[in-house]
Amino acid sequence: MSFFGLDCVRKKEREVERKIRANDREYNSTFKYATNSIKTSKYNPFTFLPLNLFEQFQRIANAYFLILLILQVIPAISSLSWFTTVVPLVLVLSVTAAKDAIDDINRHRSDRKVNNRKVNILINGKLTSDKWMNVQVGDIIKLENNQFVTADLLLLSSSEPLNLVYIETAELDGETNLKVKQSLTVTGDMGEDLGALGSFNGEVCCEPPNNRLDRFTGTLTFDTQKHSLDNERVLLRGCTLRNTDWCFGLVLFAGPETKLMQNCGKSTFKRTSIDRLMNVLVLFIFGLLALMCIILAVGNGIWENQTGSEFNNFLPREENTAFSAFLTFWSYIIILNTVVPISLYVSMEVIRLGNSYYINWDRNMYHARSDTPAEARTTTLNEELGQIKYVFSDKTGTLTQNIMTFNKCSINGKSYGDVYQQYSGERLEITEETTPVDFSFNPLADPKFLFYDHSLIEAVKLELPDVQAFFRLLALCHTVMAEEKKEGWLQNTLINLFLTYPSSQHQSLCLVGHLVYQAQSPDEGALVTAARNFGFVFRSRSPETITIEEMGMQRSYELLAILDFNNVRKRMSVIVRSPEGKLSLYCKGADTIIYERLHPSCRKLMEATTDHLNEFAGEGLRTLVLAYKNIDEDYFSEWKQRHHESSVALEDREEKLDELYEEIEKNMMLIGATAIEDKLQDGVALTIEQLAKAEIKIWVLTGDKQETAENIGYSCNLLREEMNDVFTVAAHSPEEVRQELRDARLKMKPSTEPNKFLVPEVILGNTPKLVQDESVEGEYGLVINGHSLAFALESGMELEFLRTACMCKTVICCRVTPLQKAQVVELVKKYKKAVTLAIGDGANDVSMIKAAHIGVGISGQEGMQAVLSSDFSFAQFRFLQRLLLVHGRWSYLRMCKFLRYFFYKNFTFTFVHFWYAFFCGFSAQTVYDEGFITLYNLVYTALPVLGMSLFDQDVNAGWSLEFPQLYVPGQLSQYFSKRAFMMCVLHSCYSSLMIFFVPYAATYDTARADGTEGADYQSFALITQTCLTVTVCVQLGLDLSYWTVVNHLFVWGSLGMFFILTFTMYTDGLFRIRPSSFAFVGTARNCLNQPNVWLTVALTALLCVLPVVAHRFFSCQIAPTINDKVRNKMREMKEPAPRPRHPRLTRRSTRRSGYAFSHAQGYGDLVTSRRFLRRPATSRSTAFNSAGRSPGFKPTGRSAGYSPVGREQNPKQKVEPTSLQKFRTVIDSSF
Amino acid sequence: MMASSYNAKEEDGHHSGSAGLGGAAIRSRKPDNTAFKQQRLPAWQPILTAGTVLPAFFVIGLIFIPIGIGLFVTSNNIKEFEIDYTGTDMSSPCFNCSQSFSWNSSTPCKCVLPFSLEQPFESNVFMYYGLSNFYQNHRRYVKSRDDSQLNGDERSLKEPSKECEPYRSSENKPIAPCGAIANSMFNDTLDLFYIDPNGTKTQIPLIKKGIAWWTDKHVKFRNPGNNPNLTTVFIDTAKPVNWRKPVYELDTDSENNGFINEDFIVWMRTAALPTFRKLYRIIQKKNNMTPTLPRGNYTLEVTYNYPVRSFEGRKRMILSTISWMGGKNPFLGIAYITVGSICFFLGVVLLFIHHKYGNRNNSSDIPN
Repeated sequence: MSFFGLDCVRKKEREVERKIRANDREYNSTFKYATNSIKTSKYNPFTFLPLNLFEQFQRIANAYFLILLILQVIPAISSLSWFTTVVPLVLVLSVTAAKDAIDDINRHRSDRKVNNRKVNILINGKLTSDKWMNVQVGDIIKLENNQFVTADLLLLSSSEPLNLVYIETAELDGETNLKVKQSLTVTGDMGEDLGALGSFNGEVCCEPPNNRLDRFTGTLTFDTQKHSLDNERVLLRGCTLRNTDWCFGLVLFAGPETKLMQNCGKSTFKRTSIDRLMNVLVLFIFGLLALMCIILAVGNGIWENQTGSEFNNFLPREENTAFSAFLTFWSYIIILNTVVPISLYVSMEVIRLGNSYYINWDRNMYHARSDTPAEARTTTLNEELGQIKYVFSDKTGTLTQNIMTFNKCSINGKSYGDVYQQYSGERLEITEETTPVDFSFNPLADPKFLFYDHSLIEAVKLELPDVQAFFRLLALCHTVMAEEKKEGWLQNTLINLFLTYPSSQHQSLCLVGHLVYQAQSPDEGALVTAARNFGFVFRSRSPETITIEEMGMQRSYELLAILDFNNVRKRMSVIVRSPEGKLSLYCKGADTIIYERLHPSCRKLMEATTDHLNEFAGEGLRTLVLAYKNIDEDYFSEWKQRHHESSVALEDREEKLDELYEEIEKNMMLIGATAIEDKLQDGVALTIEQLAKAEIKIWVLTGDKQETAENIGYSCNLLREEMNDVFTVAAHSPEEVRQELRDARLKMKPSTEPNKFLVPEVILGNTPKLVQDESVEGEYGLVINGHSLAFALESGMELEFLRTACMCKTVICCRVTPLQKAQVVELVKKYKKAVTLAIGDGANDVSMIKAAHIGVGISGQEGMQAVLSSDFSFAQFRFLQRLLLVHGRWSYLRMCKFLRYFFYKNFTFTFVHFWYAFFCGFSAQTVYDEGFITLYNLVYTALPVLGMSLFDQDVNAGWSLEFPQLYVPGQLSQYFSKRAFMMCVLHSCYSSLMIFFVPYAATYDTARADGTEGADYQSFALITQTCLTVTVCVQLGLDLSYWTVVNHLFVWGSLGMFFILTFTMYTDGLFRIRPSSFAFVGTARNCLNQPNVWLTVALTALLCVLPVVAHRFFSCQIAPTINDKVRNKMREMKEPAPRPRHPRLTRRSTRRSGYAFSHAQGYGDLVTSRRFLRRPATSRSTAFNSAGRSPGFKPTGRSAGYSPVGREQNPKQKVEPTSLQKFRTVIDSSF
Repeated sequence: MMASSYNAKEEDGHHSGSAGLGGAAIRSRKPDNTAFKQQRLPAWQPILTAGTVLPAFFVIGLIFIPIGIGLFVTSNNIKEFEIDYTGTDMSSPCFNCSQSFSWNSSTPCKCVLPFSLEQPFESNVFMYYGLSNFYQNHRRYVKSRDDSQLNGDERSLKEPSKECEPYRSSENKPIAPCGAIANSMFNDTLDLFYIDPNGTKTQIPLIKKGIAWWTDKHVKFRNPGNNPNLTTVFIDTAKPVNWRKPVYELDTDSENNGFINEDFIVWMRTAALPTFRKLYRIIQKKNNMTPTLPRGNYTLEVTYNYPVRSFEGRKRMILSTISWMGGKNPFLGIAYITVGSICFFLGVVLLFIHHKYGNRNNSSDIPN
């Protein structure tokens, strides 16, 4: 916990209101506001040692060893020398301290860098350049273009007209679009006048420091007048000034009190399920330790009573039996302490760190187009990636690229868009080699628009009336706005802007040729662009007219009415008068809706079009049906009159208008249908298929509409035509929702008992319920909308919902709010004993990313906010399969192998002491030499197991992806569980018995080859420790399935190290230096030359691994696991089979509407209301303004990012680690 | 329609970075293509297959059984004779000595035990004393010594380590050698006589040198100072309370006196288990013609000084020959034979299992 955080909390309690007087440092200093210097570092050179040690000893493992150390100093108890604990403890502490120190030095460095940035402060009417840290509340500072905002400022004046400034807030909220702030006119009038600014003595009275980025309240008193201040007037620290030459601001909050810093709250610290299991196991181990010590203490009591008392002649004792037993208990606590391994936690951290680096280094998760490698932002969650059961995915930007392409169409019963082979008539797959249609005849064509079917352009050139009508409709019936660019600086500015700030590309800027379209929905943009390329170029619009260029001829249509789109109508129409004076209504909309309103004469065409629509829908394309109608002039004027009356009616206006619309949109003539592809990201369908094979359930949580979501569900294979049923829950009352859920469940599984699925699991008194998985025949899908979800997530119904949802193969929740996303994740976390992963790209996914066990951010799409709060990030959804199936699986496998082996080696080591106790009068005599005890965990066995957990792979990446089923054992926690732990304990028991009793029997009452005693204590110690080291090495070799050079080095090196160090420690030289510490002098030489000893070691090692090998081979033969099978196959085939291509299935079986249109209501009004029309381009800033976002027409970042081309729009912006990120790491590492 | 099929290789192949954006060439963040970073290090990937496991079992069986037989035969060829002279039985000649024991008695109690060897002992014979139920491995006992003192450190001689308590000082003088181990040194004297068939009693020469490890004798144990006159060296020290004579009178030979007395060194090398034997003397083979100990009758004369009755201990005298694998111990031979047989048997069983189940399972395809 950083200390300034505490300060802030205290200050916030004190400060109720903030009073600032501009240019009056003396006055302001009376309030003791924080200055602008920030401190994120934790230590300074003097406090480092005590503070860091204090923090480290708060960890239970370290504290435990400290207590052991204290015990060891008590002579009566001390069964081991102090250094056996001190050496590992110091090593562990110093490694951690070094890491903390490096982190803190980096923090110091970044603090210093930030604090020493220069800024112009207005002091005594003069601008002086000073460091950021010297800025104080009440100062007036000048910012220049592209500078970071120094502190939270009240904007006083700016270089731009109307006192506007543009800021980028990417660091603050992750949004990359520019925002506009405007100062008060009173202050703005001061402009650049330093004199006026210097004498400015306004007083600000505002809220105390807080962390709300979107709110600010305060007043400015100036010239006896009070002006209210809101968020529009405030520039926050962390923003960057853009497109503004300069601005002046008054410092309101500085340093730690700025909203940015106040927002750097502690992010929740995630732990993996293995961590949680470890906590339980450590408790168990403590129990085991206590139990062993109690047994041995009792044994000691009995022994002292019976044998020890008689042995008094040779071994005098003073204490009574009970006291001796008591002391023995503590002595054995010291000796057996190795069951709770100190190096365990450190090693786990190292392993996770290593595996995180592998993720960062993986070229297969590097996205070349955006130059984004994958990033493990949290290095403590790796093995959890191998246990994911549920994936919650966002749709837009995650599954899809958010790019719409005009892909196919059907005009007058003829389908266009497919490419056929010339002679055989076979349909060809479109690849990069396929030649696209040449649009060069059209100077206004968008060069990036690609279409492959040449017959359509032929049809246009032949001037077929249907085809012309089709594109004319597309060019007229929309709410898109066009921006005609003139030659000269304006265009250059825009292009410069575009290039300089690639981050602002996500706006609806589409800068091609001289024509820029701003579309409210990407679908519309795609349609209008298609029309443009086929010769029907939408040029401009005014509230009354639409100007299009038809095959090179400019024509202006009079726009009479826009019958706007809404969710119920699912269609939009325009009524226009052609230059010839003909009145027409053009309509586009959902097939189901339009078909009801067609003229009966279209029946035949409808059938043909329906076939095409089915085909399009089957391919997952979004379809719209186009129709037109010629209108009688008289009828229209009468209708227009009624329309006007209705639109000013006070009552039931909506209904009346709807009726009118309904009336006129009748008996229309069908033209055809369009098919737009909502471009999925590469490999999404395949990834989903792979994840499904790995039994990972994917739930799509999207803010999009039901149709859109469903459509994507089909196109990425989440929903399939072959599914037995896809349930749609879209009800309006809790009862209905409950009924629909229940119906769905009963249909899936008619014989469900109501409460069988709840399994109470008692943990510490309370009984959390777990919902068991229920198996269902067949495949089902569930689509639920946000409204129903709100009911379904209520406490009474959540189990019903969860139970139904979990029976389905696929769940799609649409129209959900960010909060609901998190709620769904929480629901699954709460009742399912499963690991969840949330993946998303936008700010609306942050809540679910934070809620899930693992959060994954798609980087480079829509700001950085999702990435900033994620644990892992990469550029493409398809990398998820590699992250989970390869890295996750490996990490999990490695961690589990590590833990199993680690416990094995430590338990085996420790249990030998336990057996020996029965032969040494329970006197807490160690079996091994103290040097060996010290070095066993640190030197002899540390590296091999580390090598295993950094390099091991049972099968390589190719096979892991080939057989996603390999992932399933991880979900079931099969590799490390309580059961596996118990097996470890039993295995260790067996091994330790062998390691003790084989040398025991081999040396019992016998002599060595030179006639001297066979079983002196030192030789026996050396023999057992050699047996132990060799055995654990052999066992490791058996566990290790991937012997790289490093592993060879580590294993053989450690074994060699054992002998080298043993011989070294038993040399004369060391003995002479400290006879009492190196009393084993000569033992190695005299012992390891005995053939007997080596025969014993070989026998012990063999006896220890024989049952393991036999058991493994046996189970591999009788019931091979999936791993065994794949490994066998791998051995047979050497190389992974080429990955089968997955041809897309075309489904024509059932009728399904492919209608989906991401359009919101209300834009029609805007278009006709004049509000959207920009002000005349008088200055640079306004020009930008109109190009970017006109005040009245503000496409949201998400829906507007269409591109008419099949390319991704967002080359990854180069984002330096922002200060917010830095702060985050500070907080992360200060756990 | 664009075919979108994911292929990892394509991804890896080329890089079309964002250089050129904004004019500035940005260094690609593409990770290095090294085998280490891409986790493609060449590796040996052993798997437990029938082809490796079954032969291994048979080979281990085939190696272990002969070794076991060899060990067993070797162990059986070792001649060993053991006689318990504790004297707990009334019938035992040492019964009286064992009953009337006191540490400070000046007149040593002697007892004579006759025995006969059925077979001659051909090669060098090693003579051991064996103790049972003697906890030389008790922690407090093991600790109770001062290695510095024994290594001739003069400061430790004057001021022995605290570990030696309560045998650290007596009569205000430091004890040399201090500690419980030294204090409880075995002090029976064993003498061996051969009784000729004609009744003549010949003492068998017992060699007392070379019974300790070379490293112990020459490195670990040293007399303090360079003064060959040990009496003056140990002048300010007291003898261990249980000892009859001070440490500098353990032997007359200056090479075997004081701390480097081999009997003392042997005793100080504590045993790992409560039952142990320690080398007492060596009977050297005289020539190739006569056995070292011919078959016949012998007597063992014991100067009974060492009390073990109080803790139900046992004292034994053992005569044994030695092979390359040490003294008699059938365990290793039997264990090797058993383990070898088990391996072989397991090999057969697993072979059977492999034939019955293995092929079926391994050839079956992995469900996709």
